[in-house]
Amino acid sequence: MLIAVLSGFLSAFFLLSFGKQLKGILPLVASLLPIALFAYFVSFLPVISSGKTFFYSLEWIPSMGILLDFKVDGLSLLFALLITGIGSLVFLYSSAYMKGHEYIARFYSYLCIFMASMLGLVLSDNLLLLFVFWELTAVSSFFLIGFNNDNEESRKSSLLAWAITGGGGFFLMAGFILIGSITGTYSIQEMLSSADLLKTNTLYGLILCLVFAGAFTKSAQFPFHFWLPGAMKAPTPVSAYLHSATMVKAGIYLLARFTPVLGGHPFWNNTLMIVGGITMLYAAFHSIFRIDLKGILAYSTIAALGILVFLLGIGTHEAFIAAAVFILVHAFYKAGLFLVTGVIDHETGTRDITRLAGLRKVMLPIAIAAGLAALSSAGIPLTFSFISKDLIYEATLSVGNGMVLLTVLAILTNIFLSYSGYLVGIKPFTGKLPEQFKDVHLPSPFMWLPPLFLGACGLVLGLFPSLLDKSLIQSFLSALGSGNTVETLKIWHGLNVVLMLSAVTIVCGITLYLLIKPTEKKLKLIATLDFISPHSVFNFSAKYAKNTAKRFTKFMHNGFLRSYLTKIIFFLVCLIGFYLIKNVDIQFDSQKLTAVSIYEVVIFLMMTIAIFTIVFSASRLVAIISTSVVGYCMCLFFVYYSAPDLAMTQFSIDTLTTVLFVLVLLKLPPYLKVRDRAAQLRDGLLAISFGTLISVIALQVLNEPTNKTISRFYSDNAYLVAKGKNVVNVILVDFRGYDTLVEITVLTIAAIGVYSMLKIKSSEIE
Amino acid sequence: MKVLLLKTAANYLLPLLLLFSVFILLRGHYEPGGGFVGGLIASIAFILHSLANGLDKTKALLKYSPFFFIPIGLSIALASGLIPLFFGYPFMTVMWFDDPFPIIGAVGSALFFDIGVYLVVIGVTLTILFTISESV
Repeated sequence: MLIAVLSGFLSAFFLLSFGKQLKGILPLVASLLPIALFAYFVSFLPVISSGKTFFYSLEWIPSMGILLDFKVDGLSLLFALLITGIGSLVFLYSSAYMKGHEYIARFYSYLCIFMASMLGLVLSDNLLLLFVFWELTAVSSFFLIGFNNDNEESRKSSLLAWAITGGGGFFLMAGFILIGSITGTYSIQEMLSSADLLKTNTLYGLILCLVFAGAFTKSAQFPFHFWLPGAMKAPTPVSAYLHSATMVKAGIYLLARFTPVLGGHPFWNNTLMIVGGITMLYAAFHSIFRIDLKGILAYSTIAALGILVFLLGIGTHEAFIAAAVFILVHAFYKAGLFLVTGVIDHETGTRDITRLAGLRKVMLPIAIAAGLAALSSAGIPLTFSFISKDLIYEATLSVGNGMVLLTVLAILTNIFLSYSGYLVGIKPFTGKLPEQFKDVHLPSPFMWLPPLFLGACGLVLGLFPSLLDKSLIQSFLSALGSGNTVETLKIWHGLNVVLMLSAVTIVCGITLYLLIKPTEKKLKLIATLDFISPHSVFNFSAKYAKNTAKRFTKFMHNGFLRSYLTKIIFFLVCLIGFYLIKNVDIQFDSQKLTAVSIYEVVIFLMMTIAIFTIVFSASRLVAIISTSVVGYCMCLFFVYYSAPDLAMTQFSIDTLTTVLFVLVLLKLPPYLKVRDRAAQLRDGLLAISFGTLISVIALQVLNEPTNKTISRFYSDNAYLVAKGKNVVNVILVDFRGYDTLVEITVLTIAAIGVYSMLKIKSSEIE
Repeated sequence: MKVLLLKTAANYLLPLLLLFSVFILLRGHYEPGGGFVGGLIASIAFILHSLANGLDKTKALLKYSPFFFIPIGLSIALASGLIPLFFGYPFMTVMWFDDPFPIIGAVGSALFFDIGVYLVVIGVTLTILFTISESV
């Protein structure tokens, strides 16, 4: 199992390293992997359908509860089959679509990485492991959306997708950690028994919000849906694979996976129904205004995701069956439509629906594939999605009489969806073939076989739905915690309300297609409302945040050392001063102080004079020398208070600093009398308050009872244990030798920093 | 800045100061001193020499870039910490030779650690100061 998951990463590495040698056969070599994995997962089917689940466990970071736990049950198997199955087709398809592309090895390694992370995501049973894979899918999606990285739009879209899904990932992580700390485990399997514990916890609402934030951003739910149309900048096979069939369903997977753990609460169900409902209607409605084939598909995909969330929200037995079937149906017809679009784009060079017509004459197999997919998306009888549509209506009707609204929502969405399906699947192939497309020819079989195959699948499953019901759907349901057994899926349900609704949908969809023709005018009309769309809100806030960050950086990081010092000291004074005033009872006991001796007075006077000289001197040299006078006076203090080591060090350091100052003296700007009074006053005040603060602290320390255990330990043991009489040095090289080792390393880094900064700068000037 | 008096003095002071810095380094375990101060004093000696004779002369005297002192010093310090590992003690345990050496006295691995510090400090200080004075 671990090998199955990791093989994608390994082969990505392999393809990148040996891409040059493989050259022509690279796509076919790469395609072997998903095919093999598909076969591997199919072999699970008989066992899983008999109601068993598989567990694989390996320790990774046991101290943090991160284990390589994998679980195969109905839910994960359904997704694993989708990932590897659609993956195989997309890998083969890309071999023709990306033929001769310069970075084809890179393309396939990204795809492999994505496939591996997606597999890991649906198979892992450990929350933190799941999160790692979750983020990896976002990373690979980022690279695939921006694959044409010389196109600015592509780069922008990939950044947007990254920002939205990555941001959602943050929330998800927080949610996972909360769940983990409440239940005391990160294993999803073990969590099942603590479902009630979670639901009664006061943090339940927060956890739901966090998990929803992750799932909705990933699965492009309103109001986070807008990254998905942008993601269509990716090469079309990628859109088919990631942004329609698999990755965007990760959020759905997550919600389904957590249904038995978190679901069943009104808050859970209502949120999902509301968000899913809004998303499906909003996106389905939007899809009919687009004229770009991929734009239409993007919006209808969002609508489909909305339907899935909506069904999970309904949360009844019927709804779960409908969701399971719809996941499959949608993957078949939507991936098919995407692949068809890819062929059209590849051969004609346009995706503009208003210009495409009559292509059936030049590429019949594609037209058949597209027709099948379009019929599927419309839910015409005998296709698999006819069954799925019936199941959806059954699910909405099962909620009860009071909720007619749900059924109406579902019908409206389905009408719009069937319209957009016709638009993509039928419109480009009917009518008169324009002059400019006369030379269009059929591409290699690698490009038209996969969509045809997907279309055929939809048809076969529509005719023989019993192929799936007991095996996959049943185990899917038990993974969701719904115990009932599934009745056999049937084509014919008898004359009932559901059938009537289905007929209404089909008729309305066809009427809509015949009445409304897509034009640019309509697109512009809907574009006028863009300013209130979530996308514009996001863009506006992103722009605002960027500007604020810019201004903040300019203020805080302006490149002047003096400004940094001012800010640091200012905040230090404020914070410590506030603390001292608020929490510390400041006392001053003059009794404890020793009498002042003549030496101290003399040194103090010397220092004061030097400081005044620094502040008021008009010459930089004088100021520098006065600074070193202050330093040397400090040494005298150390000597006087019997700290010879400190004094020696301070003395040498001061000497070197003065030399350093003298070295750079000539380069410094002309001195003094340039700064205004206000700045001087400000700096003076700051300096005085800082000095006062330090004095107060120093005096305060005297009042505290001193703890001498540490210093006594050192002085007692310096000679006994470390055989040294100089305690300071013994501490440096022996007791705290490790610190010193790190310190000299830091010094080294500083030297390298100075050296590289100055040397590189001056060599650039040369 | 080539003053004859300073130049003459610096030429004599350099070996004296270096000797003094070694003395400070060695006495560190018993009297005030140690690798850090010793390194600083040695650097001052070289700086003084460069102020009097010019940077090129000092560099010629050193032969190698002061930068090379740093890795050598770091390795010595690290090695002194690693050696006890071979004898089954924890990292950075101080080990001592059984018999004291003439003049220097008892020698332990702490001394080598201190020598490492001494070299690193010389290397760092001279690198920084030389780089700055060259680039300015």
